[in-house]
Amino acid sequence: MRPLDYIILAVVLFVIGAVGVLVRRNAIIIFMCVELMLNACNLAFVAFSSMHGNLNGQVIAFFVMVVAAAEVVVGLAILMAIFRARRSASVDDANLLKY
Amino acid sequence: MNHGFLQQSLADGTNADAITRETIFWILFILSSFAALGMIMVRRAVHCALLLAVVMLSLATLYAMQGAPFLAFVQIIVYTGAVLMLFLFVLMLIGISSADSITETIKGQRLWAGLVAIGFFILMALGIGHAALGPPVHQTDALNGSGNLTGIAQLIFTTYVFPFEVTSALLITAAMGAMVLAHRERTAPRPTQRDLAARRLASGHVAPEPPPGVYALHDAVDRPALLPDGSVAPESVSKAISQRVVEEKPQLVSNKEVEQ
Repeated sequence: MRPLDYIILAVVLFVIGAVGVLVRRNAIIIFMCVELMLNACNLAFVAFSSMHGNLNGQVIAFFVMVVAAAEVVVGLAILMAIFRARRSASVDDANLLKY
Repeated sequence: MNHGFLQQSLADGTNADAITRETIFWILFILSSFAALGMIMVRRAVHCALLLAVVMLSLATLYAMQGAPFLAFVQIIVYTGAVLMLFLFVLMLIGISSADSITETIKGQRLWAGLVAIGFFILMALGIGHAALGPPVHQTDALNGSGNLTGIAQLIFTTYVFPFEVTSALLITAAMGAMVLAHRERTAPRPTQRDLAARRLASGHVAPEPPPGVYALHDAVDRPALLPDGSVAPESVSKAISQRVVEEKPQLVSNKEVEQ
């Protein structure tokens, strides 16, 4: 287990999350995949932090967690508003801004 | 408790020896990768949330192994505890049975997404492989000299104090945004008791709706009631229940079975 293996795991999780955002249709699942990507970034931050022997990466990971919490709150509120109006959580149905 | 031992175990994250750490790392590597793969494969959003919980708990363990006990606990409490519960609450509101459609709306989207993902992974792996990272510093003293929590607090309240203050503004804005988005303006005045009574008289059903269940045979709430003339009253079953029952066992509430 080299320290770099943590980074490899972070890349794997990030790529899987990105694929999820691209292929899934349910808006909640897309949100969860975004969370997965943010978690992967956090893992990379913590791994680099322990590689370089200082705590800056851990502090940045902490800030990422705060931003992710705010993002989830607003995102899920938007999702609820859309669901109330359109009775669907699919991103294909929310296309009013397209035309 | 020996203070030196505690310090050592805090500094290394865990006090397990190298082989145990290695084993735990690779188990968690495989577990979290497959759980993440499952997230993009499963159809139901609830299963997706549970797999996300598995990934998050694995990551919390990995943080603890890397000498970040504070982040490990924050990961469990804030992410797995609060954020994931929020996801589950919204899933309950939207409908637990909201399965994702598996039809492709854009032709070849999955193929291209997979190709882009593989390309991106190769790019990142090559980039990391070629990066000159230097020899790894052993983090024992530098990272957790006077305790992980103290070190993080020192950084947050000295170097990162301005981003920390901005974070509070962000959180307040997010809370306000959620309140505004969740607010619903009442467009029609609230119906009074007189209005409700008039509506009920006009509908012709003055008596309350018949409750579900044919008490001589079954008293389950998914059984429609029999009216005095022997006919079936399908409206006696709650809409939520009939929807769920039809979805899972379509033959359960057929009228013919009730009449027998």
